[in-house]
Amino acid sequence: MATIDDQRIIEFDVRTDEMLVNMGPQHPSTHGVLRLVLRTDGEIVSEVEPHIGYLHRCAEKIGENLTPRQFIPYTDRMDYLAGMNMNLGWALVVEKLLEHDLPEKAKHLRVIIAELNRLASHLVGMGAYGLDLGTFSPFLYAFRERERILDLFEEACGARLTYSYLTPGGATADLPHGWTQKLSAFLDQFEPLIQEYHALLTTNAIFVKRTANIGVMSAEMAIDYGCTGPVLRGSGVDHDLRRDGEERYTDMYDGYAFEVIVERDGHYPNDHNYPAVPREAVLGDCWHRFYVRMLEVVQSVDILRQAIERYSTASGDWGQPIKLTQKLPKGEAYLETEAPRGQMGFYIVSDGSSIPWRVRARSSCFCNLSITNELCRNCLIADVPAIVGSLDIVMGEIDR
Amino acid sequence: MSLLEQLQAKFGDNITGHNLEAVDPWIEVAPVGIVDVCQFLKTAPDLQFDMLSCISGVDYWMADEKKMAKAGWEPHTEVVYHLSSTVKKHTLVLKVMLPRWKDDVEGQLPEVASVTSVWRTADWHEREVFDLSGVRFVGHPYLRRILCPEDWVGFPLRRDYEMPLEYHGIRGR
Repeated sequence: MATIDDQRIIEFDVRTDEMLVNMGPQHPSTHGVLRLVLRTDGEIVSEVEPHIGYLHRCAEKIGENLTPRQFIPYTDRMDYLAGMNMNLGWALVVEKLLEHDLPEKAKHLRVIIAELNRLASHLVGMGAYGLDLGTFSPFLYAFRERERILDLFEEACGARLTYSYLTPGGATADLPHGWTQKLSAFLDQFEPLIQEYHALLTTNAIFVKRTANIGVMSAEMAIDYGCTGPVLRGSGVDHDLRRDGEERYTDMYDGYAFEVIVERDGHYPNDHNYPAVPREAVLGDCWHRFYVRMLEVVQSVDILRQAIERYSTASGDWGQPIKLTQKLPKGEAYLETEAPRGQMGFYIVSDGSSIPWRVRARSSCFCNLSITNELCRNCLIADVPAIVGSLDIVMGEIDR
Repeated sequence: MSLLEQLQAKFGDNITGHNLEAVDPWIEVAPVGIVDVCQFLKTAPDLQFDMLSCISGVDYWMADEKKMAKAGWEPHTEVVYHLSSTVKKHTLVLKVMLPRWKDDVEGQLPEVASVTSVWRTADWHEREVFDLSGVRFVGHPYLRRILCPEDWVGFPLRRDYEMPLEYHGIRGR
């Protein structure tokens, strides 16, 4: 290998200066307001420091001034792409503290709503990830389908983004008459379209080039940083709270046939209908995180079909919301649920009044984002959006 | 042997209390012993608490003395650790009880050892607890505010926190 001895050549041609580059706060590729400070040497990034807190809306403090049911609309605004899943997490922890059990039918209703929102959320995650990498069509395709899901939600609860539908005690209302038939019709129409998304992104040569072997996260690293959800499973860790979580939560999915989407011996469950893992991809890279999400969409469709069946045949009530000023027993409870972006935990402490003493939200993206510096070290500047996008973060959840 | 007995046998006085009847049973650890206990919980083959789910700070204090007496607790700050295991699929709650102010001098933050050496994720969680609840984590590599601006005054989730009247020309109240 040739070496350069002439000092002038080094000065003018080779030596680059370290530079601090601000990415954001309002970068089009982030769902929310995130500022990344990159320390770069030419095109190479040596350090990334995420600055958060721009959206800090004091959700925890507000929770200490409202009753649990009044707090539901605030949970919507945490992960605003999966409001239903946030409602569910909070509802479950309040029910855990109250030791309140739900009728069978209400549980199936919750499964339908939560999985449908997971589907909508993953669609945005997929579409926006395409946008991060400079392709626009997947974004339009994903939003086309998401609109139809929002139509269904609108019919059920009157809102398209901030639902406040699932509440402690069940839901605010039963599903409207004929709603499940509409959902079935949507699923029938949607399922073949998944192949389109794979053609657009998963097998796209440019997409593979941009994501395979980029931002590789080992399983140990993912666990050490507390990463959860598709980010954790993309690294090959077999952990999904719908199967491994607390009984109060797994009870909802009891009897459903589904498998955790994680790579086992080079294969994903049910992936025979979909493109195989490309040779360039390494377990734990951006491509795998994306692919796990894509397969979870298929899995959610599957769970939804089962849930419709069970909901229609289940006897009993759909559950009633608890009283607005219901007194809470003295004590504390913590519960984590599997939200689309990972494990969303709520911690509630009560001193015996109807307003919680302390409300704490543990968000998945908060932990997922904290690994950025480790993942982006020595990558190219162009890879930073690819890596951050693959974590599928929503800032509302991180800043709360 | 239950987990509590196992910990008591190994760490003796550093296990300072427990409540196994609570909705989420918890074990209380002395502030100095938290790192050793966590290291053991993470590495013991039959426990393997490899994931730190959450660290929360809870402030127990009320301005009204009568209500305070009725509530039935002494003024203190709790740091609560929620652990889980991706291998064994179980969870555990640890608590550290701290005085509200170190040596009862108002403004001096209570201290507890940082567990960043055990789980990397504790880094941001401890920064958040420091920022909002005002607990100093000794041994943290980079302890500074994370959600509030650097020059923010006070700890918003403390019960005696008062919203500033003004911040850089922005009206607060």
